[in-house]
Amino acid sequence: MITLKPKEQPEVPLEVENVTPDAFAGKTVDEIKALPIWHGNGTVPLSDFFEVEGEAGATAAETQIIIDGDVPQTKRIGSGMTAGEITVKGNVSMYVGVGMKGGKITVEGNAKSWAGQDMSGGELTIMGNTGDYVGSSYRGDWRGMSGGLITVYGDAGNEAAEYMNGGKIVIKGDVSIMPGIHMNNGLLIIEGNVIARTGGEMAGGTIVVKGVIDEFLAGFKYHGVEKDIEVDGETIPGAFYKFTGDYAIKGANGTVYAAVAGNSHIAP
Amino acid sequence: MELVKNVVCPFCGTLCDDIICKVENDEIVGTINACRIGHSKFVHAEGAMRWKKPQIRDENGELVETTYDDAIEKAAQVLAASKRPLMYGWSCTECEAQAVGVDLAEQTKAIVDNTASVCHGPSVLALQDVGYPICTFGEVKNRADVVVYWGCNPMHAHPRHLSRHVFARGFFRERGRSDRTLIVVDPRESDSSKLADIHLQVGYNQDYELLDAMRAAMMGHEILYDEVAGIPREEIMEAVEALKNAQFGILFFGMGITHSRGKHRNIDTAIMMVQDLNNFAKFTLIPMRGHYNVTGFNQVATWESGYPYCIDFATGIPRYNPGETGANDVLQNKETDAMMVIASDPGAHFPQKSLRRMAEIPVIAIEPHRTPTTELADIILPPAIVGMETDGTAYRMEGVPIRMRKVVDSDLLSDREILQRLLKRVMEIKTASK
Ligand code: SF4
Repeated sequence: MITLKPKEQPEVPLEVENVTPDAFAGKTVDEIKALPIWHGNGTVPLSDFFEVEGEAGATAAETQIIIDGDVPQTKRIGSGMTAGEITVKGNVSMYVGVGMKGGKITVEGNAKSWAGQDMSGGELTIMGNTGDYVGSSYRGDWRGMSGGLITVYGDAGNEAAEYMNGGKIVIKGDVSIMPGIHMNNGLLIIEGNVIARTGGEMAGGTIVVKGVIDEFLAGFKYHGVEKDIEVDGETIPGAFYKFTGDYAIKGANGTVYAAVAGNSHIAP
Repeated sequence: MELVKNVVCPFCGTLCDDIICKVENDEIVGTINACRIGHSKFVHAEGAMRWKKPQIRDENGELVETTYDDAIEKAAQVLAASKRPLMYGWSCTECEAQAVGVDLAEQTKAIVDNTASVCHGPSVLALQDVGYPICTFGEVKNRADVVVYWGCNPMHAHPRHLSRHVFARGFFRERGRSDRTLIVVDPRESDSSKLADIHLQVGYNQDYELLDAMRAAMMGHEILYDEVAGIPREEIMEAVEALKNAQFGILFFGMGITHSRGKHRNIDTAIMMVQDLNNFAKFTLIPMRGHYNVTGFNQVATWESGYPYCIDFATGIPRYNPGETGANDVLQNKETDAMMVIASDPGAHFPQKSLRRMAEIPVIAIEPHRTPTTELADIILPPAIVGMETDGTAYRMEGVPIRMRKVVDSDLLSDREILQRLLKRVMEIKTASK
C-alpha cells in the first residue's frame, strides 16, 4: 500500500495521470516520488506536492493507493487505470477515474465534473456530490461510457451519462437537467429528483427515476404503469410510469421509468 | 472631403461590405449605408477615449505612458513566467493577428479562448456533436422563402440583417419580403417579432422542450402534451407544417437560445431539426455571430490546433474542454495566473467572480480604447483599429472570408505587429532560460 499525503494544494491545478496502480506497481518509493506530474504548463516530481510512504505491489492489481486528505486542485486521479485500488480521503478535482478500465476508486468527499468520463470498466464510487458530466463522453465524441459501475451517494449536476453506451450509473441524490442526454445504451438509476429533460434525444438504454421529475419532454410516448420492473437482470421494486423515446430522434428505442409516487403531473 | 467606397464594417457579424466612408484630414467623419451602431464605430462614439501610447501601471496603481519596446518587454516577462497564462478575446481583430496569437499561445503553453465562449460557444460545441448544414447570405437572399429567427433580435443587434436578407429582393424572390414567411421564436415581443408572420412565444428557458416536441411531430409522432413551452399543440403543428413546406428554409439563431437553459444542447437539437427538415424541404442554418470576426478566430484556431476555442496548450498538445478550459472557467477556478486580453472587453462583460481573479493577477490588454478591461490592466498596448486604420481578413457569420480595408492612417502598431514582437521577445526569454 502506498500513502500519498497531500502537501499544500496550489492554485494552478495539478494533473496526475501518473497516480494509478498501473504507474506505481513494481516501483520503489523513491521512483514513485520522482514520477512527473503536471503543474500548469510544466512538470514537477510527485514529491513536490505529496509525501510518499509505503510499498507498491508487484502488479497493478496488488497495488493500493491511499490519498490521505483533500486534493481539490488535483485532476485526473486514476486516469486509465486497469486494476488495483485508489481511496481518496477527501475532495478531488475534475476527471477522477477518466478512461478507467478496471479496479476500484473510492472518493470519500466530492468530485468535480467529468468523473468517470469514457470509463469502460471497474468501479468508481463518490460518497459526496459530483459536478456535471458524470460518466460522459469526451467532448465531441458520440460514444461515452461503455462499461463499469459509477455510484454517486450525493447529487450530480447536468448531463449525467451523456452519450452513455453501456455500464451502469447509480445516483442516490438529485440531478440537475438532462440526465441520459443522447444515451445509446446502458442503465442510469436516479434515486432522487430531476429538474428537466430526462433522456433528451436518447436513442437507447434505460433510465429509472425514483424521485420527482419536474418537467418531462413531449417527444416521448406514454405506456401506462408497470410494477416491479425488470432492468438489466435485476428487479426494481415499486410502481413506475413507463415512457419510450425520445422520438425527436429517428429510430429511438430508449425507456424511461418514473416512479408513480410524485410524478402524476408528467403522465398525460 | 474624400469618399472611400466599398468599406467593410468592423462591427457585427453581418460584415456589411457596402459602406462609404467620408474622410477629412485623415479622419472618418461620416458614413453612408452603415447602420447606427456601425456608424458610431467608424466615427468613434462620443465619450470614447483612445490610448495614444502604451501604458504601464506603476507601484501606486497609476498608468504611466511608455514605449512599445518597454511595454512589450514587460508583457513578455509576464507571459514567460506564467504557469497557466490565459489569452482571451480575439473577436475584433483580423485572422492574421489571430494566427500569430495562436502561435504565441502554443509557445507559452497557454490557454487561448475567444468571445465565443460567452456567446456562440454552445453552437460550436453542438456542431461538433451533430454537424452544421450551413449556407451563405447570397443563398438566403436569392432563395429563402421561410426565414426563422430563433432567440435573436436582429433589428437591434444586427440592424441591417433583415433588410439585406429578408426584405431584399432575390433572384427567386422577386417581391422580397412578401415572397417570404418570417417566423420569430422569442419569449418576448421585440422589434423583430413585430415584423413576423408567425411569432412563437416560447416559455423562458424552454427552447429545448419546444424543439423536442417539434422534432417528434415532424417525424409523425403525436406530441405528448396539449401544451409545450407555453404553446398549444395546434400552434406547434402549424409552425412545423410551415417549416416542412418550405422551398428553401433558413434558421438564424442567437444568444436567446445558445444561452438559455441547456445551452449547447438547445443548438444540438436545433441543428438536428434542420437536418431532419431536409427530408421534406431544403433547410439550412446560420448562427447570428456578434463580433465581426468571432467566426474568424474559430476558423483560425481550428486550422492551427484542431479546436475552435477553449484550447489548452499546457502539456504541449492542444486539449479542449469548454467548462474546464474556457476563460471564465479558469478565472473562476483561479487556475490562471496571468491574462492577456486582446480585441474584446471582458472587464465589461464577465461575471464578478471572474473579474475578481482578473484583479488579482497581471493583466495585459491589447486594446485601442479606455474600457473596463484597461481599468484592470497592468500593461496596455494600443493597436491601430482593423478595418479602419489597418487591413486584414475577417469571416462573416456564415464563414465567408472578407478582406477588411484600411481607410485612414495611424502611427500605432497593428495587433499583428504587436503580437509578432511579443512572440519574438517571449521566445528569446524562453531560449535564454533553457
Ligand atoms: S449591420 Fe452590422 S456590419 Fe452592417 S453596418 Fe450595421 S453594425 Fe455594421
